[in-house]
Amino acid sequence: MEALAKKKPGKIEQLSLMGDAAPPVPPVASRRRPPAGGRQPPAAKKGELQLPVMGPVELSGTKPPAPPPELPAAPEAEAESRAEARAPRAGRNADGRRRATAEAMAARQRDISVAEFFTKNRHLLGFDNPAKALLTTVKEAVDNALDACEEAGILPDLEVAITQVNGDDRYRVTVRDNGPGIVKAQIARIFGKLLYGSKFHSFKQARGQQGIGISAAGMYGQLTTGRPMTIISRTGKGKPAFRVTLRIDTQKNQPETLSDEQIDWEFDHGTQVEIELAAVYRRGSRSVEEYLQQVAIANPHARIVYRPPAGQGEAAIYERVTEELPPEAKEMKPHPYGVELGMLLKMLLSTKSRTVRAALVQDFSRVSPRVAEEICAVAGIKPEARANRLAPEEVEALHKAMQQVKLLAPPTACVVPIGEELLRRGLESRFRGEFFTSATRPPAVYRGNPFVVEVGLAYGGDIPAEEPCEVMRFANRVPLQYQKGACAITEAVTDVAWRNYGLPQPRGSLPIAPMVLAVHVASVWVPFTSESKEAIAHYPEILRELKLALQECGRRVALFLSARRRAIDAGKKRAYIQKYIPHISGALREILGYGEAKERETVECLEYVLERSRLEGLKAVEDEIASTETGDGEAAGEEASDA
Amino acid sequence: MPDRTMVQAIRKAAQGVHDKILARRKPNLKFPLRSLQNVRYRPSVGFFELLGRMKERTLTVGTVKTFAQTLRMMALSKNLVETDDIATKREAYYVSKNWGEARFDEQPESDQVMEDIEALFRVNREQIGFIPEEKGGEVAGKLTVIDKDRDSGKTLKIDCTKFGSGAYSIPISVEDLGFQTDARFILAIETAGMFQRLVKHNYWKQANCILVSMGGVPTRACRRFIRRLSDEKKIPVYVFVDCDPYGIANIYRTLKVGSGNAAHVNEFFCVPKATFLGITPQDILDYKLPTHPLKDVDIKRAADAVKNDPFIQHHKAWQDAFSKLVKMGVRAEQQALAKHGLNYVIDEYLPQKLAHPERFLP
Repeated sequence: MEALAKKKPGKIEQLSLMGDAAPPVPPVASRRRPPAGGRQPPAAKKGELQLPVMGPVELSGTKPPAPPPELPAAPEAEAESRAEARAPRAGRNADGRRRATAEAMAARQRDISVAEFFTKNRHLLGFDNPAKALLTTVKEAVDNALDACEEAGILPDLEVAITQVNGDDRYRVTVRDNGPGIVKAQIARIFGKLLYGSKFHSFKQARGQQGIGISAAGMYGQLTTGRPMTIISRTGKGKPAFRVTLRIDTQKNQPETLSDEQIDWEFDHGTQVEIELAAVYRRGSRSVEEYLQQVAIANPHARIVYRPPAGQGEAAIYERVTEELPPEAKEMKPHPYGVELGMLLKMLLSTKSRTVRAALVQDFSRVSPRVAEEICAVAGIKPEARANRLAPEEVEALHKAMQQVKLLAPPTACVVPIGEELLRRGLESRFRGEFFTSATRPPAVYRGNPFVVEVGLAYGGDIPAEEPCEVMRFANRVPLQYQKGACAITEAVTDVAWRNYGLPQPRGSLPIAPMVLAVHVASVWVPFTSESKEAIAHYPEILRELKLALQECGRRVALFLSARRRAIDAGKKRAYIQKYIPHISGALREILGYGEAKERETVECLEYVLERSRLEGLKAVEDEIASTETGDGEAAGEEASDA
Repeated sequence: MPDRTMVQAIRKAAQGVHDKILARRKPNLKFPLRSLQNVRYRPSVGFFELLGRMKERTLTVGTVKTFAQTLRMMALSKNLVETDDIATKREAYYVSKNWGEARFDEQPESDQVMEDIEALFRVNREQIGFIPEEKGGEVAGKLTVIDKDRDSGKTLKIDCTKFGSGAYSIPISVEDLGFQTDARFILAIETAGMFQRLVKHNYWKQANCILVSMGGVPTRACRRFIRRLSDEKKIPVYVFVDCDPYGIANIYRTLKVGSGNAAHVNEFFCVPKATFLGITPQDILDYKLPTHPLKDVDIKRAADAVKNDPFIQHHKAWQDAFSKLVKMGVRAEQQALAKHGLNYVIDEYLPQKLAHPERFLP
C-alpha cells in the first residue's frame, strides 16, 4: 500500500493539498441533505476518489475551496500530468540512477480507494488517537444531525449516548436526531461510502471541519472492532422505519448491506446512527461532554440529551433556549478579492457564460458590467473574449486585475451569527455565573470574505477563579477543540489588556479569572491555519474584530465588577449604618435637647429609614448589572462612575 | 454675648431633620453650591452674588457618615455660640476626634463641613464660632487702629507708623475696629518681600499711604479690614501683585469681588473699589521686565478665568489683558523691577504708575 501511494504523486498531492488549502467551513446555509423527503443522491461517480476540494461543480456556488493553481484541475487533466511525469523520469533512468522504468511504474499505478487512503491517513480525519476518535465520531454524527434538522426546518432534538462494550477500550456511540430521515435506498450509500454526495451537497462543508464524514467514523469503527454500523431511519409518521447494518468495502469504497429490516420505532421521523469503536473515554477538557456543552451554546435552538457510559457521570440535558431556528444564510458568489488563481482558472473553464465579461458579472459578487469591463481593461483582455478559452497567462493577468480594481465590499447577509441575546442566554443556561454579556460585531471583510465575530462572556459564580479563563472557540457554530495555541482567537484573547478591566493577567497569557469566553467566527469562508481545521488563521482583519468584541465584553465586566463591589459595600453597610446612627441622634439630641424616650424613637426611625435606603441602593446596583449585560447600561454606568 | 438668632437658626434646621426622621422619611439638608458656577458678578454692587443653585445632602447609606458629621458640627457650633466661645478650624478638627466613628480623618474634611454649615445659614464662620488659623495680613503706614483692651475695655490706639521695620497684624475679627487716617490711598501688596522693601524705606511716608501685605490670596479678615477702612475713610485701594494669572484671577479678583467658595458672605468680604495698579502685561513691555515662561498650569488658569470667571468675563479690559499675557507666553514678578535697581520700584515705578490712577485696570 505504502509503495503504491508513493508511486501516485498526483493522488497524494491532491490529498495533502486538500489540507494545505485549508478548506474553510462554510456557513450553515450549505446543507448536506435536501429538504424533507429524504436525501437525494448526487450523480454517482465511479468508485474513484472524489475529494470535495477537487470538484468543479461547486465552483460558482457559495464556498468553493481554493486549491493552489498548480493543482491538476480536473480528472481529465490527470492523464496529461501523468504523461508529463514520465518524461523526466525516463531521463533519469538514462543516467542509470534509477532502475524503474516508466512502463514498470505505470503498471503499478492505479487508483487507490479512499477507504485505503483512510486506513493510512486516519490522523488527517481526526482519528489520530482513541480519545480523539471518540470525539470525532460524536462530532460527525452531531454535525450531520443538526444540518439535517435545520435543512428540513425542524428544531433539532438530539440524543447522544455512549456505552461501554466488552472491556476497557470499546464503546458504542449512538446519535439520534428528529430530522427528516433518509429514504431507505440512500441509507447504505450515505453511511457506507466515503465522500458520497460531497460534490453537490457540500457534505463535509456544512458544519464539519476535518471529517470526510460519518462514513469515516463508521470505517474507523469497522477497522478497530470489526463491527458494522447500524442505522435506523424513518421519514415520517405512517411511513415504515428501517434498520440497516452495513460495512464498508475498503477496497472498493462501496457499502455492503449486511441486514435490512423493517422495525417498529417509537419516533415519527429521524435518523439514528450507531457505531462501535475502539476508544478511550475521558472527562474534562476535550471530552464528549464538554464538546456537547459547547455545541449547545453555539446552537441555542437545539435540545441535546447526553448519556455517558455507566459510571461516568450523570446524563446531561441541554435544553434549547430558543424555539426559533437560525435564519438561513444567503448564498454568496465569490468576491473577486477572495478568489485564488487556481479557482479562477476552474471557474472560467466551467462557467456557463460565453464571454469573460459575462462570466465576471454572473459568477462573482459585486461585479457590474461596467466593473467587468474595467477589470478586462486593466488585464488587457477583450471583454468579449470566450471565457473558457483564455490562456493561462491571460487568466493570471485577469486575476491580478481583479485585485486592483476598486470594488464594493461583499454583501454580508450571507453570514449568520448566533446573535448577542442567544449567545448570552446559551451561556446562562450552561454556567452558574453571576454576570453574562455578549457582543456581536457588525460584519467585516477579510480578503473579500465577509465574516462576523461575536463574543459571549460568563463571569463569577461556580466558574473556577484561580485558573486561566476558559476560551471556547467556534467556527460557524462548530466548537474547535484542538490546537488552541495556534488559533487567532487565543491570540486575540491574550492580546487584550484584561488588567484594564480589573482582571489579573500574567504577561502574554490568558487572564486569571472566573470567566468563560465563547468566541464565534462566522463566515462564508473561515480561514484555518492547517489541514486539520482546528485553529483560525491570523488575518489582521479578523484579529482586529476579535479584539474589539473582546474589549467590549471586557468593559462590561469592568462595569459589573465595580457595580458588584458597590453591592458588596451596600451589604456591608448594615454594620456601617449602625456605626453612625448614634451620632445622628446624639447630635440632634444635643441641639434639640429631647429626652431618652424620644432618642430611642429617633434611633428606631433612623434604622428604618437607612435600612430602606440600603435596600434601594442594592436594587439599583442589581438593575445596573442587568442593564450592563445587554450593553444598554453602558452610558448610564459611565455616568454613575463619573459621579 | 450669645447670638440668640444664630442658636435659633441651628435649632430650626435640626428640628426640620428630626421631624423628617420621625415621619420615617429621609431627612435632607440643602446647602448653596459654593463655586464660581453659582455666582454672578453684579457690577452695581461690585461683588460676586450667590445664585440659587443648591446641593442637597439627603440621608442615605452613602451619605450617613457626612450627615452625622454635619449634625455633630452643628451641635458643636451651637455650643460655641451659646457659651460665646470660639474654636479654630484646626481645633474643631481635633474636637471631632471625640466623635468615634464620625471623626474626621483629615482637616480639609472638617473645613468642608464647616463651610457647608456656614453657607447653610448664610453667615460668616465667626458667627457660628469658628475662626481660621490663618494670619489676616500686615499693615504699616499712615493709620491708627482703634481697638479695645480685652481686660480693661479701655480704648487702645495703635499707630501703624510706629512699628519700625515690623508691622501691625490684622486680627481675625475686624468688625469692632475703628480707624484714624489721612492717607491718600491703600496699597495692597501680594508678597511679603515687596512689603518689606517698602516698609524699610518708609515708602508710606513719601507717598502718604497705608501699606497692606496680603501674603498671597487675602484672608477674609484682610479683605474685611481693607473694605471697612476704605469705606469709612473714603480712600482708594490700589493692588500691586505679580503679573501672572494667579496674581490677577485669584489674588486681585478675590480681594475685589470675593470668591466662589465663600459666595454666601462675599458681600462683606470684598473690596469693590479696589483697582489694579500692576504689574500689568503692558508693564512687562514698558519696563522691559525680565520674565519667566508661563507654565501649563498658568495657561490653564488663564483659559479657565476667561471662560468661567464672571468678573473677568464682565471686563473687556481683563479679557484683553489675559489674551495679551497668554500671547506673550510669559509672567513677571513684582521683584522683577529690581533689575533696574533695588529701589527702582520706589523711585520710578510706583510714582509713575500713581501719577495716573485712572489708567489702572478695573
